[in-house]
Amino acid sequence: MKPKDLRTELLPVWCTGCGDFGVLKGLTQALSDLEIAPEKLAVISGIGCSSRLPGYVKAYSFNTIHGRALPIASGLKTARPELTTVVVGGDGDGFSIGLGHLPHAIRRDINLTYIVMDNGIYGLTKGQASPTTELESKRTRGLAGGDEQPLNPVLLVLSAGCGFVARTHAGNMPHMREMMKQAIEYPGFSFVHVLAGCVTYQPRNYSDQLLQRSYELPAEYDKSDLGAAITAVRDGRFALGVIYKRPLEEVAATAGATADEDWTPPDAVLKQDLPTE
Amino acid sequence: MKKVIVGNHAVSWGVSLARAEVIAAYPITPQTQIVEELAEMCDDGRLAAKFIKVESEHSAMAACIGASATGVRAFTATSSQGLLLMHELLHWAGLGRLPIVMADINRAVAPGWNIWTDQNDTLAQRDTGWVQLYCENNQEVLDTTIQAFALAEKLSLPVMIVLDAFFLSHTSEPVDIPSPAEVDAFLPRRDAALKLDTRDPHAFGALTTPAVYMEMRKRQQEAFDQVPETLRLIDADWDRRFGRSWGAVESYRTSDADTVLVTSGTITSTARYVINERRERGEKVGLVKIKMFRPFPTEPLRRALAGIPKVAVLDRNISPGHGGIFAEELRSALYDLPSARRPRVDGYVLGLGGRDVTPEVIGECLDATRGNDSSANAREDLWVGVKP
Ligand SMILES: Cc1ncc(C[n+]2csc(CCOP(=O)(O)OP(=O)(O)O)c2C)c(N)n1
Ligand SMILES: [Mg+2]
Repeated sequence: MKPKDLRTELLPVWCTGCGDFGVLKGLTQALSDLEIAPEKLAVISGIGCSSRLPGYVKAYSFNTIHGRALPIASGLKTARPELTTVVVGGDGDGFSIGLGHLPHAIRRDINLTYIVMDNGIYGLTKGQASPTTELESKRTRGLAGGDEQPLNPVLLVLSAGCGFVARTHAGNMPHMREMMKQAIEYPGFSFVHVLAGCVTYQPRNYSDQLLQRSYELPAEYDKSDLGAAITAVRDGRFALGVIYKRPLEEVAATAGATADEDWTPPDAVLKQDLPTE
Repeated sequence: MKKVIVGNHAVSWGVSLARAEVIAAYPITPQTQIVEELAEMCDDGRLAAKFIKVESEHSAMAACIGASATGVRAFTATSSQGLLLMHELLHWAGLGRLPIVMADINRAVAPGWNIWTDQNDTLAQRDTGWVQLYCENNQEVLDTTIQAFALAEKLSLPVMIVLDAFFLSHTSEPVDIPSPAEVDAFLPRRDAALKLDTRDPHAFGALTTPAVYMEMRKRQQEAFDQVPETLRLIDADWDRRFGRSWGAVESYRTSDADTVLVTSGTITSTARYVINERRERGEKVGLVKIKMFRPFPTEPLRRALAGIPKVAVLDRNISPGHGGIFAEELRSALYDLPSARRPRVDGYVLGLGGRDVTPEVIGECLDATRGNDSSANAREDLWVGVKP
């Protein structure tokens, strides 16, 4: 299937220039590369501009409750482990109201791919500071929370023990396609941090600012070294690429029963909504 | 001072005049303007409150609980999903007897994500131990916000002010804003009898055995029993100072009526218009507005409706498996009336998820009930304007 065949007929309601368009494109490209058919795919989100993405992908998709995409997806994946399950959402959804679920999803290591479109703002509710809004920007724009330090989400997932952690920029299509592909292929919980622009509630050149602070991890970078990963995400710049990937032999040893792909659901469940042709 | 402001900002003005001291909130449409305005007032010094930009509504109510327990005035605002997420904390504030004031913008609940108005979010919280006051216009919103602090602190009960999404929250109306000095005279600083006091340390929230739990519940009920009279006195005091009063229940052109509409929220204004039109044609129809839903104003409603042959309740809400919630509660309130004076009560479920309730829709309900026989044993429950 071509990437465009993985799109529904719904037209995105995002603003022209929104980083979320790139993510939609990158995700459908990665799914197409991996030959994942719509009937083998579930895309789950919470609430936010970014969380509208499932409606635009041809899949079993579910726009759920603000902050609750991870536990809902965990239940779905447990019942239907044969479905590739991608969870998408924003920085507010994932790092504010829903943050409590993140370390637990990581600990459980259910085979989900969690893509966060981090635009550093609550977009849908019209531009309040999010946990990743920079201090400086809150102060100059007079947003509430000007004295609150921003969160480093990548450091957080690394310290919670996430087995696959990558970062990409919504304007870099080939890179994003590759990161998403690798994340989906990884056989445990994987996390992709997408630096996404918001043209309406961030400065016009915000996406470029993010890019200027970014650099691609060099070829010699050892992504199996957790210590190196933690160092790489603490220097105030945005390291792009696979930041950490737990070696697969370790994954097999630690993966819990819930990640068991061989478990088969009862017949009645399997038959219910599979395509008939 | 008269100003043209939206309902959300009427809440913000009320909260600032009441000199709230801690405000904790998370944004949600259509509430966000309330707390954005308050955050600005805190930022530019118009309001000497501390504003906490929390990470969820659950945390907002938790922060209000913590702040209120120290004896300060705490406020938050929310809507729909946010209110539902607070549910556990609402009970805690209620039984903890913390006089927190909250504004909720009535918005339909998901799934079927919908940002438009209906009352299911707040009515689902009716048993959490919060007073609930539903408003009809922006002046009432501002006045009620300030009165709510007085009521809450007098009886140690949390109070929820309720506004319809968009029809009030985002609609501009002229509002008379009292001066800070006038409001200070009406509402002195909070003087909490019970609070976290480091000079007299107590622990709150310990294990409460069957031997004492019921007594705690009974005291809460007794405080609720005092709400109608306490609110009446507060409203009368307000009237003396500002020349406006609102009442827990309002009767409008009901004295000789054969059929009366019962409404709440902004549907009331549309219903007033319908009643005026019908009165001009000589029809004997009237209106009763329920402002206070918790405690349920049983006595005022009996007085307002006894002897009226037919009543049509307009419910912008539904209790699945039961019916429109105002209609059901009204029926039980009127049950004790002698049958000759007990009205027939028809219930109409309408306007869910923000569907328009126009004068024509209200007229249809009124006509249906007027055409029914007035036997108090009969009743009709209809969903209005639903596509097959
Ligand atoms: C319980 C609850 N609280 C608040 C909201 C309102 N709300 C919807 S989306 C959102 C934040 C969205 O920010 P983010 O997740 O970063 O998504 P973006 O719009 O920026 O893509 C908020 C506060 C809600 N829907 N539910
Ligand atoms: Mg965002």
